[in-house]
Amino acid sequence: MTDAPLASITATAERKRGARLPVMVGIAIFWIAVMIVIALTADFIRPYGITAFDLKNRLALPGNAAHWLGTDELGRDVLSRLIESIRISLLIAFGSTLISAFLGTSLGFLASHFRGIVEQGVLMLADFQAALPFLILSLAVLAFFGNSLLLLTCLMGFYGWERYARIARGLAISASAQGYAAAVSQLGAKPSRIYIRHILPNIASTLIVSMTLTFPEIILLESSLSFLGLGVQPPMTSLGNMVGYGREYLTTAPWIMLAPALVIMFTTLSISILGDWLRDQLDPTIR
Amino acid sequence: MNSTLLAAENLVKTYTSRRGPFSPASTVRAVDGISLSLARAKTLGIVGESGSGKSTTGRLVLGLEQPTAGKVSFDGTRMPREKTAEWRGLRARMQLVYQDPLAALDRRLTIGVQIGEPLEIHAIGTGEERKERVIALLKAVGLRADQADRYPHELSGGQRQRVVIARAIACEPELLVCDEPVSALDVSIQAQVVNLLRDLQEERGIAMIFISHDLKVVRNISDRVAVMYLGRIVEEASSDEIFREPLHPYTQALVSSVPVPGTPLKQRIILQGEPPNPAARPTGCAFHPRCRHGNARCRGETPELLPIDRDHSVACHLVASDAPAGRMM
Repeated sequence: MTDAPLASITATAERKRGARLPVMVGIAIFWIAVMIVIALTADFIRPYGITAFDLKNRLALPGNAAHWLGTDELGRDVLSRLIESIRISLLIAFGSTLISAFLGTSLGFLASHFRGIVEQGVLMLADFQAALPFLILSLAVLAFFGNSLLLLTCLMGFYGWERYARIARGLAISASAQGYAAAVSQLGAKPSRIYIRHILPNIASTLIVSMTLTFPEIILLESSLSFLGLGVQPPMTSLGNMVGYGREYLTTAPWIMLAPALVIMFTTLSISILGDWLRDQLDPTIR
Repeated sequence: MNSTLLAAENLVKTYTSRRGPFSPASTVRAVDGISLSLARAKTLGIVGESGSGKSTTGRLVLGLEQPTAGKVSFDGTRMPREKTAEWRGLRARMQLVYQDPLAALDRRLTIGVQIGEPLEIHAIGTGEERKERVIALLKAVGLRADQADRYPHELSGGQRQRVVIARAIACEPELLVCDEPVSALDVSIQAQVVNLLRDLQEERGIAMIFISHDLKVVRNISDRVAVMYLGRIVEEASSDEIFREPLHPYTQALVSSVPVPGTPLKQRIILQGEPPNPAARPTGCAFHPRCRHGNARCRGETPELLPIDRDHSVACHLVASDAPAGRMM
């Protein structure tokens, strides 16, 4: 029968997959791992306190023996502030991306399961969210409720949920109309099983790609809010906050701004590369 | 024990469709008053052309769709409403085999996991027992135990259909509805799958409804055959009898089209015209525009399905009025 050639094809495919990780993906994973380690150990690896002034060494150049990445206009150590910023920004970005993915996917599944009025309600909310400029919404919320890290994370968690909701709803409806979901329901499975065991893994690749798009956007959004002075408040610092305040010294002390800008760039790029690769890995049909 | 496993009485299923927001809704009677009964461990074949309502009938008797009128009873009790706990529990006793096995399988799970899934859903056995059971099921449908780790796309069409069958029989169901199980497979594989279904039925005593448009296959596997035309049963008899002496003109045309090895096809009856649109049913006997023997009565009056013999029923005025169409040739 046809088993023998099939077996050898899958065997070689598996070997190929186990052996090689694309170089770019390797670098991306390494970068993200470093960022996470920095975020987790920020308190220990930070050479100075983020508010410690060194007034004798204001606007010191990078490469300085005491301050590797130089100091800012108040003589605060850029490296220490960068490390603290990575922690805050990653916390907000990861937290918000997860909140938004969870919220959107759950609402999408609810809409596809109950249809009718629930679906109309969810779609209306999604349209509302998509039509309203998010920056204005966040400005309003932050102006009314003041701001804290938790509030900021939850607020960013509302960013982009409508995309997940639409994707999840559309794919779940098409899956349950015909094919595997209908077949599993016909086996007697409860809806929770159908959605979590079958539909979610099948649409995960699309959702992950969507997450890799939202993640950088949230970092940038947080940066814009901090830049406008409504995000993370001084003396706390975040990547966007550093870029915002460092802008004034762009011509005289560019390192204050360039260091966080490069971190934002490399992190978002790494997340995109990793997401792309992960999507392919999660699909057994294109291994 | 009651020997009738499944009984359906006067099943009707209508679908309404609208072309535009202001046009009146048109109703389509996909199934129009069907009664059938199935004994344990027997096979009923349902044949008919596309759009005759055979798949809808299959879904109705499984309770996957609610009939517009009429009722289905399984093992003496009425079919519970869809998606209730009772309905889910009943899934362990009745199963469906699909036409397209690749669509019916989840491409992200290995076939071993999928075959074991009904056992998990209905909480049958412990983890270890389930694993053994999956291996036994793989062997029962002619697959190897090591293929349990394969994904559906790594198997051939025939092997996938075997997986679907293994999953369907995992809970030892009493009723299996096979909806065109072999029409997506090529001819050499068809015979293997049909034989597999027959063997499994004999071993396990499963009652089966076999839906197909392929008379050769139905003849091979069924005890009784019902011929459907436009949502109604036009003839029902034992498999031998219906192929030996078809009485309804439509059945005659179908039977005459089956080639017999070694003989040229003679006296083949070629039907004129297209199958009519179910939304615009002809008056009287639905078959009259294509029938060779149609007369005024056929155009005006709808024939009932009446018993001719002990177990042979036909819905045709010509047969009932003591001038059987079968003898008019």
